[in-house]
Amino acid sequence: MFPTMIVLGVLFVGFLAVAGWAIGIYNGLVGLRNQVKNAWAQIDVQLKRRHDLIPNLVETVKGYAGHEKSTLQAVTEARTKAVSAEGVGPQSAAEGELSAALGRLMVVVEQYPDLKANQNFLGLQEELSSTENKISFSRQHYNDSVMTYNTRTEVFPASIVAGMFNFKQEEFFELSDEAERAVPKVSF
Amino acid sequence: MWEAIQSNIRRSRAIVVVMAMLLILMGALVGGAWIGSLEGAVVGAVAALMLWLILLLVSMSGGDQLILMSAGAKRIQKEDAPVLWNVVEEMTIASGLGTMPSIHVIDNEMPNAFATGRKPEKSAVAVTTGLLRRLNRDELQGVIAHEIAHIKNYDIRFLTTATVMVGAIVIIADIFLRSLWYGGGRRRGGGKGEGQAIFLILALVMAILAPLFANMLYYAVSRKREYLADASAARYTRYPPGLASALRKISGSISGHRKSAKQSTARALAPMYIVNPLQLSAKGGSLFSTHPPTEQRIAVLEAMSGGAGWLDYENAFKKVTGRDCLPASVIGAGETVAMREARVEKDPKQSAVERSRAATDILDRFAGLLLIPCLCGVRIKAPAGTQHTSLKCPKCGRRHAIPRAGEPSAEGQAAGATEEVPQTLTHKRQGTGWDSFECACGRAHQLSPAMKSGRIRCPRCKRKIEITA
Repeated sequence: MFPTMIVLGVLFVGFLAVAGWAIGIYNGLVGLRNQVKNAWAQIDVQLKRRHDLIPNLVETVKGYAGHEKSTLQAVTEARTKAVSAEGVGPQSAAEGELSAALGRLMVVVEQYPDLKANQNFLGLQEELSSTENKISFSRQHYNDSVMTYNTRTEVFPASIVAGMFNFKQEEFFELSDEAERAVPKVSF
Repeated sequence: MWEAIQSNIRRSRAIVVVMAMLLILMGALVGGAWIGSLEGAVVGAVAALMLWLILLLVSMSGGDQLILMSAGAKRIQKEDAPVLWNVVEEMTIASGLGTMPSIHVIDNEMPNAFATGRKPEKSAVAVTTGLLRRLNRDELQGVIAHEIAHIKNYDIRFLTTATVMVGAIVIIADIFLRSLWYGGGRRRGGGKGEGQAIFLILALVMAILAPLFANMLYYAVSRKREYLADASAARYTRYPPGLASALRKISGSISGHRKSAKQSTARALAPMYIVNPLQLSAKGGSLFSTHPPTEQRIAVLEAMSGGAGWLDYENAFKKVTGRDCLPASVIGAGETVAMREARVEKDPKQSAVERSRAATDILDRFAGLLLIPCLCGVRIKAPAGTQHTSLKCPKCGRRHAIPRAGEPSAEGQAAGATEEVPQTLTHKRQGTGWDSFECACGRAHQLSPAMKSGRIRCPRCKRKIEITA
């Protein structure tokens, strides 16, 4: 009688320990997966911020360099396209085009010393270059989060829990469009 | 990063437990030595824990504000220092920290920075004006990334807990040693003498050794955390040379003015800074340094030639010191992470001048001066209490509206001002030349002759302003 009780007791305690451990791992995985989702949302926030900045920029530049119509129009059009683009592929292509158009605008602007002395423009320039940084940092953070999460789902013993509850691997963000990789390096 | 934080938390717990045991043992021995019985030992242990709890509560409630205040740090808003603000925001994003820390500036020409805050959701970074003047954007980014890594890794909370525990151990040891000088404790005669003598000897040994040991433990962890924060900064910025060059500038500048650095830094704050201003002389590093030798930190960062990941830092560290640094769980899969290119400064001299000017502007704002940038490039400074509503640019003669004195502070603005005034304002243009007007928040706006109509956004209150002809 007594030995069976002890064996059952030990089994029960062992079961509790395993269950507690699995719950811990499960919660950890959920946390990491949410982090990946948040990181993805952050990229959109930064892209949106860039869209919001552009009308102001175009307006300011127009005041000094009104006859650079084609360059300004290219920026405005690229922005419109980027705002309305849907789906990961078209969106990243449109954003790439926008980056390129902005790069060209910044080259043109170099010829207007008055504009470069304008406080409003300088402020916008800082905002824009920082927003470019923020976009790339948010992509970087997304990839870092995906890496952590994917590694966690692969490594034993967490991989057992990940398999049981169907934690799928997430995809890395990659610049799919060769055009975007080839964006001329412009320092704002 | 996640593994780094997890292993950090685990290690912190282990060290706090070791320190707590040291504290309890200390209390028990002192209690035993004084009262001379086992009950005395128990009473002593409980008293020691109580002392620690009280100290901890005091340090946890309002500790951050106290630290910022004693460092003379003042909170800034985005318009005060847009570049600094943006860099902090960039690093907040790169680290995945949920909330951006508040930003504070210290009026001190010694370049340095620190972070504080018990939890990542409510934290602060502080930098000196000297730092803003000397570092370019890449370097500033490295420093801010290092500070944000401290926040993200829960280093500050750990260091507070540990500091308080070391403090409690030191206090108990001190009380005990003093009590020996004055009358040798409350020794009672009789049969207990022998047991008490043992307690007394053990307590004496503990009182001398425990503070040393606790301090050494604390410093060892503090140094490890500096390395981890450096590694994290390299990973966040993807550009280790930035932080390396910043550390070189900071330590170079502090050792050039060692005397004034010693005078202007509070002893208690020194370990929090990115470079400890009071410990520069410890070249090889000692058991009692809070930071690893700066030379070594720079050498490791500069040896990261291949990439900016954990593995790259670990390899560089091995190459420089021949030892391991990061725990295996952090390095994990061990991938190298590509480094980014340096940011090109078109004219380093010019941007140095601009940085310096921006730092002076912050100080002027602290002093209550109003800064009005004129379109001709002149920056007019006006005292806050002036009665005039507008002033003339001394160079080009344009008139500028003076923002109202006693304009709402940043807090007041966030609290209520936006509700009373509509989000979108309209301004009817006066004539076709230069025009200036005030936004509802009090900020002066300039319209160039070319700006005939359209929409602008007030950089202070973010309202949209419709310009009509």
